[in-house]
Amino acid sequence: MALDKTETGESYEGRTSYTHVGTRVDRPDGLDKVTGRAKFGADASAPGMLHGAIVRSPHAHARIVKIDTSKAEALAGVKAVVTRDDFATGLTGEEWNVLENVMAGDTALYDGHALCAIAATSALIARDAVKLVEVEYEILPHVTDVDKAMEPDAPIIRAGQQSKLVPEGMHPNVVNYYQGGHGDMAAGFAEADLIIERHFTTEAAHQGYIEPHAALATLGADGKGDLWCCTQGHFIVQKTCAALVGIDTSQLRVTASEIGGGFGGKTTVFLEPVALALSRKANRPVKMVMSRSEILRATGPTSSASMDIKIGMTKDGRITAGKGVFRLQGGAFPDAPAGMAAECSFAPYNLSAVSIEGYEVMANRPKQAAYRAPGSPMAAFAVESVVDELCKSLDLDPIETRLKNASREGTKAAYGPTWDRIGLVECLEAAQAHPHMKAPLRESEGRGVAAGFWFNHGGETSVSLALSEDGTAQISVGTPDIGGSRASMALMAAEVLGIEYENIRVTVADTATLGYNDVSHGSRVTYASGLATINAAKDAVAKLCDRAAQKWGIDPDAVVWEDGCAKPAGPNAGQFDPMPLKEITRRMGRTGGPISGHYEATPEGAGVSFGVHIVDAHVDRETGKTSVDRYTVIQDAGKAIHPTYVEGQFQGGAAQGIGWALNEEYVYGEDGRLQNTVFLDYRIPVASDLPMIDTVIVEVPNPGHPFGVRGVGETGICPPLAAIANAVSGAVGIRMTSLPMSPPKILKALKAQSDG
Amino acid sequence: MSKIHVTTKVNGDDVEFLCEPRETVLDVLRDHLNLTGAKEGCGTGDCGACSITVDGRLVCSCLMLGAEAEGKEIATVEGIATGETLHPLQKKFIEYAALQCGICTPGILIAAKNLLEREPDPTEEQVRYWLAGNLCRCTGYDKIIRAVMDTAADMREAS
Repeated sequence: MALDKTETGESYEGRTSYTHVGTRVDRPDGLDKVTGRAKFGADASAPGMLHGAIVRSPHAHARIVKIDTSKAEALAGVKAVVTRDDFATGLTGEEWNVLENVMAGDTALYDGHALCAIAATSALIARDAVKLVEVEYEILPHVTDVDKAMEPDAPIIRAGQQSKLVPEGMHPNVVNYYQGGHGDMAAGFAEADLIIERHFTTEAAHQGYIEPHAALATLGADGKGDLWCCTQGHFIVQKTCAALVGIDTSQLRVTASEIGGGFGGKTTVFLEPVALALSRKANRPVKMVMSRSEILRATGPTSSASMDIKIGMTKDGRITAGKGVFRLQGGAFPDAPAGMAAECSFAPYNLSAVSIEGYEVMANRPKQAAYRAPGSPMAAFAVESVVDELCKSLDLDPIETRLKNASREGTKAAYGPTWDRIGLVECLEAAQAHPHMKAPLRESEGRGVAAGFWFNHGGETSVSLALSEDGTAQISVGTPDIGGSRASMALMAAEVLGIEYENIRVTVADTATLGYNDVSHGSRVTYASGLATINAAKDAVAKLCDRAAQKWGIDPDAVVWEDGCAKPAGPNAGQFDPMPLKEITRRMGRTGGPISGHYEATPEGAGVSFGVHIVDAHVDRETGKTSVDRYTVIQDAGKAIHPTYVEGQFQGGAAQGIGWALNEEYVYGEDGRLQNTVFLDYRIPVASDLPMIDTVIVEVPNPGHPFGVRGVGETGICPPLAAIANAVSGAVGIRMTSLPMSPPKILKALKAQSDG
Repeated sequence: MSKIHVTTKVNGDDVEFLCEPRETVLDVLRDHLNLTGAKEGCGTGDCGACSITVDGRLVCSCLMLGAEAEGKEIATVEGIATGETLHPLQKKFIEYAALQCGICTPGILIAAKNLLEREPDPTEEQVRYWLAGNLCRCTGYDKIIRAVMDTAADMREAS
């Protein structure tokens, strides 16, 4: 393995074989996680610790007239009470929105909105005290549906939030607008032999991580604090919490616990600033843990969506024009991912005429949070349903048609960029060749195919690597390990250093140890922290080569690193035996001091990712129940660093998509209260609901990563809603346009069909 | 409120504790006995992350009161391994990547071990229904089911 040690690249090296990368090693934190000793958010405690609990609004929209905490404060064991008055003032932008969400100002904006918090000597006393708080409300009219929230007579949730981009005359609940596309739409539709236009809706789904939000906070009157919490990104927690409680960012040290799932939902703060404020007031550590019903009522599910799609196609399957309008509600706050839905919607297609629009809408629901490829799954559901219907109507093969129109290198996307090397065609070809496509179907069973897209993300990244005297390495990363990333980092570092995987320990370092790291989101960790790890290892290798050059008395440029050893670059460099890493580190204290490697950057070559799913679904026409009989995920991973964990991401994305397509939904009553606030009623897929999920890893190297890695975490949830809807529509002979396709909805559609 | 004195066995050790009448076995394990392997994912018996066995029977520890542990034998994830030797299920879960975040893993291991003690040769359907009370949001269950089936096969061969 030859390395150009002067290179600190963010581009593909074109290497064809690897020693460590691509092997299926045991994860370094495996033992901790199968023995119960891994410490998650709620597993920490501190001497003198208090327990916090939150008073929440039972109303969807209400002015808070008065909060009387006197009875709660009189309860023995209650040590502190905080309201909005105990947080910073003068915040703007997203920090203001986050504060408004974690502790209401003068108005409760959704069922479950936090109004006040209490710290007591036990969790039971804190919960008892919550019941003693008396809140006087003035009930306001509410709206929870995205389309209704845009109607002229809809109650205004918060005036003055509308961006200047929103077309004139729209309701103040429409807070932002996105528009993109290119080409002559009228000419495109005129060329079509068939045009299909349909309306689609999806309901909000929750990320459904099994670990509740939890935090253990200590904050003194001196403005110095420590916070332990389960988060996808402790640096954003540090920054946001410091702003919300009014202290300097650097005075708050945040340590990320092991994280029990996030899927985007743990990229912001909920309890953390509240625990800090309570701790400051009580001058004692405060632990807070959410109940499941608090999670469902008051943390961010994804948006619900209302969408209109119009696509024209020629008889031979060429798409002539595509138009999509996407309306997404983001709760009582801006930033619903309507723009991203619009951008992802037609990404798999090379179109000469395309128009995309997105509307961000506010409603009386919790502030939406990212959920695995935010916006993309619902957009794919709408577009891929219409493409499927066009193929069926024109008697065309769904994969052949997608291949004919597929985005490839050089295609200009609807939202602007021209694609670099991408792997959609390879995924479609793999789907075409897969035995699943040829398997027979039973009665009342349909087969659905759909493609999906996600951008992937780079983001601020900082990694340090320190070599030990015995020739082993320690890596500090700033991105919480949400599903095996420590293994991937160690594999990449082992490849560069030429030492064994087992000789590397990867630690998720706290905020005091590294520079700012963006959140573990955007499928960015294996890409960005991986790239930084590779480059930190190369930085260390360059220093190792320097030490060897020093010893040999030759120019450092005349030394190369191969198989874990410094070697003379060629015969002209001199005759020296290879010097192993261990030999250099053993003497490093005497040859110039400790050897470490660092890398800090905001890499921008994340490399977009496409996937294609195939699903067979059977519908019981008597009960309306859909069962997923067979499922295949095909996705471009660029380069799979640890193939087993790549497969796991594919399977997990598909399973979440199955839940969203068939069963999961936020059910609001007429009173604006969430009706299904426990896992029994908000039912995520269980083991007996699912089949084995087959996977095919396609590897089309990402030009923006040394080993060709593309993020794989999110794309897996983009095709399933559409693929399952296409399968179900085929099984029942009715185009299903509203998710979830729960049994009552299927029975209703079947009844309408039989009633003619 | 006066507390209740309870004497029980946890993972083979004699244990005594005082608990509030309202506290669950899960509260007791986590907050009084410092055994945080069992997790609270829902508090309503729907997710199985708090699974333990009580006198050999699989239960959600969030649904059982601490006071009810009197005279029982409780087993938690912390007691599955023997010294430094992992149980075959634990080894297989690591090898198969049958966990991503790992929060459901303690409960799933307890439930799967309990299944294999009752049925050493389960069908895939039996494994899926036995584990239907243990939610996993990361894996789609595929690798979990395979790990349990293959552990069962290994254990049958070894016995």
